[in-house]
Amino acid sequence: MTNLLDQQKRNLSNTRLFIAGFVLLLVLIGLGADGVLYAGGFSPGIPFATLGALAFGGMSAWWSLHGGDRAVLESAAAIPLDPSDPRERQLENVVEEIAIAAGIPKPAIYIIPDSDPNAFATGSGPDKASIAVTRGLLEKLNRDELQGVVSHELSHVKNYDVRLMTVVAALAGAILLLSDWSRRGLGWGGRRRSSDSAGGGAGILFAILWVVSIVLAPIIAQIVSLAVSRQREYLADASGAELTRNPLALASALEKIAAAVEPTPSIKQGIAHLCIEDPRGRSLDQKEGVFANLFSTHPPVAKRIALLREMAYQSVRP
Amino acid sequence: MAAIGGCLTLLVVIAVVGAIWAIWRYNNLISLRNQVGNGWKQIDVQLKRRHDLIPNLVAAVKGEMQFEQDTLEKVIQARNSAVGARGVADTADKENTLTQTLSRLFALAENYPTLKANEQVKTLMEELSSTENRIGFARQFYNDIATRYNTAQQLFPDNLIAQTFHFQPVELYEIKDEAERAVPKVDLNVRSDQTKS
Repeated sequence: MTNLLDQQKRNLSNTRLFIAGFVLLLVLIGLGADGVLYAGGFSPGIPFATLGALAFGGMSAWWSLHGGDRAVLESAAAIPLDPSDPRERQLENVVEEIAIAAGIPKPAIYIIPDSDPNAFATGSGPDKASIAVTRGLLEKLNRDELQGVVSHELSHVKNYDVRLMTVVAALAGAILLLSDWSRRGLGWGGRRRSSDSAGGGAGILFAILWVVSIVLAPIIAQIVSLAVSRQREYLADASGAELTRNPLALASALEKIAAAVEPTPSIKQGIAHLCIEDPRGRSLDQKEGVFANLFSTHPPVAKRIALLREMAYQSVRP
Repeated sequence: MAAIGGCLTLLVVIAVVGAIWAIWRYNNLISLRNQVGNGWKQIDVQLKRRHDLIPNLVAAVKGEMQFEQDTLEKVIQARNSAVGARGVADTADKENTLTQTLSRLFALAENYPTLKANEQVKTLMEELSSTENRIGFARQFYNDIATRYNTAQQLFPDNLIAQTFHFQPVELYEIKDEAERAVPKVDLNVRSDQTKS
């Protein structure tokens, strides 16, 4: 248990680090633009490109926290749960049970009409959270396995992973958009500069730094947000197992979910980081290695299952 | 003069810091106590739900299980005595008895395939099974928070605050019966592909 607490603490401090890093990347892109503008003879007195980049990042994070969950649910074509169906009623019961175990309010429950088993949670925190599962998940898992999956998702809610992942995804998206715009602007500015040949040495230096930053920033943002996602998956597995005291049920649920290799078409790639298992059905996740680890939203399933089994073994020992 | 003034300032600063610390720790204890009360209310809600469901289930299975009148009566008796329970230890005791009689009823129900196929019984069993889980989880949550509250009262220097303001340790919702301890959760599921008992 101390292990889990330590991990939670480390995650909280990592969160601040990640946000600080993303803000730094935004500042870098903005400063680069300001530097090039300044060298180009345009000096308004305030670094308005930097301020603009920060405002843009802040706004997209704010927007995704307020209403982003509805957009996510809509993009997955999720429909509210119907308690008259016995399987869906059972899901409602399971969610209520785990909410009691976690000590959080019962979240809103949605069903995604898709035959591939998968599930995700979204929202800005325990008070305003939603959980969505596919119909395939309801059909393929038994009650205990369902409990395991729900406890994993509600752990994301309880640990504020949903909020962090929403903010991280929004910031990564903002960085991607801004550097894309900058690249277009650079092409336009470059053409203009060749015609009037203004700028000089400082301008060229700024331009080079800026080009490097707008090329690297989105890649770094992507790698960082994926690293956050993978780390959170291990934590949610562990704290989910702590809630149900039954890690084996989640392990067998993961086995069933991983065995259904076809992708989940209802779930768009943009929300892959929210799901219990990568909805793209790629084989990348099954492999271990530096490259596979860097570019996947989830840790390898085999490793997660092994860790859960280990937890069960430890809890059996006196 | 300056030295006396300095000493006074120092004393005032120490008193203010001490008062702020005492208020902070006192509020922490109060917040924990409220969480314990809330946790207990959560258990109470689920126990109430259980007490409401049992008569319905007994009524639904009575026709089929007429040779098990004895068991059915014991369930109803245990349920009625659990409804009248007061306090943590008393409630835990009577609810444990109810859990045992219920599990006997469910074991017997296994012998009646027509019951297991009955939609109404199936629904009631799912509801009761969920309620059993909720009681278990609510108990887990209550015991965790109650332990934190009790520990906070014993740790130095918070115990000074706890003693001054007469905070009392709370009882845990304990499972006394040995059989119940061996099988932490009663499995009332109608599905056959269970991995856990």
